[in-house]
Amino acid sequence: MITEDPKHQDIHEYLAEMEDIPGTRVFTAKRARQGYHMNQFAMSLMKDENRAKFKADERAYMDEWPLTEDQKDALIARDYNRCLDMGGNVYFLAKLFSTDGIPFAEAVSTMTDMKFPEYREMMMKGGRSPEGVRSIKANEAAAAAKKEDR
Amino acid sequence: MARITAGVASSHVPLLGVASDFNKDRDDYFGPIFAGYDWTREWEKAEKPDVVILVYNDHASAFDMKIIPTFAIGCGERYKSADEGWGPRAVPDVEGHPDLAWHIAQSLVLDEFDMTIINEMDVDHGLTVPLSMMFGKPDAWPCKVVPLAVNVVTYPPPSGNRCWALGEAVRKAVESFPEDLNVQIWGTGGMSHQLQGPRAGLINKEWDNRFLDGLVGDSDHLRRIPHIEYLRETGSEGIEMVMWLVMRGALGKNTRALHRHYHVPCSNTAIGHMVLRPDNGEGLDMTGSDTGSAIAAE
Repeated sequence: MITEDPKHQDIHEYLAEMEDIPGTRVFTAKRARQGYHMNQFAMSLMKDENRAKFKADERAYMDEWPLTEDQKDALIARDYNRCLDMGGNVYFLAKLFSTDGIPFAEAVSTMTDMKFPEYREMMMKGGRSPEGVRSIKANEAAAAAKKEDR
Repeated sequence: MARITAGVASSHVPLLGVASDFNKDRDDYFGPIFAGYDWTREWEKAEKPDVVILVYNDHASAFDMKIIPTFAIGCGERYKSADEGWGPRAVPDVEGHPDLAWHIAQSLVLDEFDMTIINEMDVDHGLTVPLSMMFGKPDAWPCKVVPLAVNVVTYPPPSGNRCWALGEAVRKAVESFPEDLNVQIWGTGGMSHQLQGPRAGLINKEWDNRFLDGLVGDSDHLRRIPHIEYLRETGSEGIEMVMWLVMRGALGKNTRALHRHYHVPCSNTAIGHMVLRPDNGEGLDMTGSDTGSAIAAE
């Protein structure tokens, strides 16, 4: 079984399911292609000399990479959700977290609707429940059923 | 003949490496996590494995987006700790076992697993954190390591079923190696965690514990879990648990649990840890550790 639907065991259904998770960008081939240079740019920050060059002038450093202006803006703003939308992957973007010297969990919290202390608190209490965030389609169906009830 | 005497599962959160390296491993936050590994550290001292086949994933350290091997096996002499952006961890170099690794690599290819061979690479927290958790802070790691890297970053990763089958083939390969070697296989990563997007921070204790239950005994139902279930139920990075199935597949039909530990949270992640003994009449309880062991589930 490669998908949940026994009748559709194929790549198309597989990829469709990957897009059905709320608040999640699965790193599919499409995103990997879109974000190729963004991720390779982030990878370059594993070298000390590159981190220094980047910190000295972020835009000038990024201008040496074939990034779109939108990608550069999102990176400069540290808007990680937008980075994900443009093909960034968190393990690559993590090189930017460490260049900034911020904890991984703090960087992750910026992608949620919580501030870091609140996010930490949620984790200490057992994390985010999967209830209600398993499936976009299931949530839509539930919302539609509720509407009919009214 | 070489044989696989035990399987170990463990999360490999990078923060655990930091805690170990900076002596925070017994503070209020990390103490309960590391305490769950005390049993295993004593047990490993008695078991004295010669080699650990360490199933893990690279986190954009040795592999970038240029080349993405689905299954890769390290056949090198030694591996250094990778600089993941804050300098390499101050841990011993990892010594390989090229004879066994090449033997496994060749056997796997002939067994129709098309492996990528790695002769040189640095190893990141995915590999070094489990070593710290199981062995503490020695001057040199007490065993050799055969790294087995699985792609769980770029989709699709290999299916759980394929991982399990790879484990079965690894077991066959190990058992045809002529030298007497005590070999363990470790599956690392997991358990539930999501490091990205508005849904970050997802944890699913119930699912994780069912998965731990499923590793014990003679059922192989875990191999049929589709990727989407890991993603929905355990977060986008929970997919790492397919790597545990390589370990499980290498233990044969039946297993016994010697030790179990589960804790939330470590940073964004649920910590899961288990020690398993293959239980197919091999009689592998060399050290008498299997009787009277504390099976502590939270």
